[in-house]
Amino acid sequence: MTGLGVLAPNGHGLDEFERALREGCSGIRFYEKLRELKFGCQVGGAPQDVEEIKERYFSEEQRFSMKSTVISFGAIAAVDCWRDAGFELPSDASGEPDFDTGAIVGTGVAGIDLMCGYAGPTIDAGRARRMGSTIVEQVMCSGVSARIGGLLGLGGQVSTNSSACTTGTEAIAEAYWKIRAGRAKRMLAGGVEGESHYTWGSFDAMRVLATGKNDEPEKASRPMSASATGFVPGSGAGLLMLEDLESALARGARIYAEIMGADVNSGGQRQGGSMTAPNPFGVQRCIRAALDSAGVSGEEVDTINGHLTATMADPREVASWQAALGVTPERLPLINSTKSMIGHTLGAAGGIECVASVLELDRGFVHGSLNCEDLHPELEKYAASIPHVTRDVQPQTLAKASFGFGDVNACVIFRKWNSGKDN
Amino acid sequence: MEHQETFDKVIGIIKPFVKNTDKLAGADQNTRLLEDLGVNSARLVDIVLAFEDEFDIAIDDEAADRVRTLGDAVTVIQEQKQ
Repeated sequence: MTGLGVLAPNGHGLDEFERALREGCSGIRFYEKLRELKFGCQVGGAPQDVEEIKERYFSEEQRFSMKSTVISFGAIAAVDCWRDAGFELPSDASGEPDFDTGAIVGTGVAGIDLMCGYAGPTIDAGRARRMGSTIVEQVMCSGVSARIGGLLGLGGQVSTNSSACTTGTEAIAEAYWKIRAGRAKRMLAGGVEGESHYTWGSFDAMRVLATGKNDEPEKASRPMSASATGFVPGSGAGLLMLEDLESALARGARIYAEIMGADVNSGGQRQGGSMTAPNPFGVQRCIRAALDSAGVSGEEVDTINGHLTATMADPREVASWQAALGVTPERLPLINSTKSMIGHTLGAAGGIECVASVLELDRGFVHGSLNCEDLHPELEKYAASIPHVTRDVQPQTLAKASFGFGDVNACVIFRKWNSGKDN
Repeated sequence: MEHQETFDKVIGIIKPFVKNTDKLAGADQNTRLLEDLGVNSARLVDIVLAFEDEFDIAIDDEAADRVRTLGDAVTVIQEQKQ
């Protein structure tokens, strides 16, 4: 990893995001609009001051086709990641593309704010021909990667993946394999999710969102707690620049961490798995396969950034981690949920949480998991492994996994970069 | 409406779509929207819609296809206003 970009509900940019993680700052807010619309869950997570950031980052011509939040969030994080990796933004569109660099930038629901809020009503009113030219490029699934590819002049594979809440982590695994195969020197990878009450409302309809804490937004996202009632919907973007080691060393790039291995699979919606619930055997197989590909034993894992959304699946997930790592409950590594601060950012979750994971390795900490003082009874035996406040430790190896609707799984094993050691 | 006044309004409408903003200052009747000003060809639709709104006219597809230069734009607008 030679670059990171993050636009999260609790911070924009690495320093702000790190501070929020360390200090346990929640990005969950109450939304009056959700109350007016009679949502059960009236809180959510969304990046702040986005229009102001866009004005600083992009020209008027560029902003014209950034009306969808998924495009805006992705473009901002991509520019940050690109600069953080040590590259200048192309000054104009006349040069040759960077054929060595590509992007796999995933999203869960593309452009739903623009489609439901503008395009649909306009078309239904018989005014399709007056919508303008920018709808397709903003609502097509690959809109976010296409926009990023154009901004940065990328000449490698530029595509969008989508696998529900696994999306961001899957993108990183796919980019890792692309580089491992020698098909690219660098890949910008991660996930983005736009902010839209249409998306959030669809989950509210399923009764899977948090209720009962609308008047205490910062306490609404409660992964691993006995009082968890569902997840808090979120949005944002998290992108990582993956680069082959030879290229990174040759240009003297700062290296945050290495990806040691990864796996992506599906539980097949069998053995207890379904469209909305994971097959635990599939989950464990995915984690074990990632560890095997990394050449890392379960006992070598220092910390886990879990999927941990604040649903009834949390205890099962932790049990799966223990089983997959092959450790006793007392030896389970530190495990936390970034979602306790930012909510579940859906297609962006893996991207943002991988940025958090890499920051933890690079800057030496494991952030606290908020709102689980009342630990779920099934998790009591893991209590020593669940930090409520940030611990200033120096994790060397971190496992990150994401799981999604469709019974799909992805796991990536990161290791802190230490140029003085044999990595 | 005078030709120059229309031209100035056209410049104002096109400005948000121009990539080569430095070319806008010296633009004249022969300045080409795509080649000289770097306007994305897809955005010609948005520009024509903006002309329709600003001048309260309707520009059909055939007329819109004739807009290659700033001068073409002024001509099409003035035709439709007559």
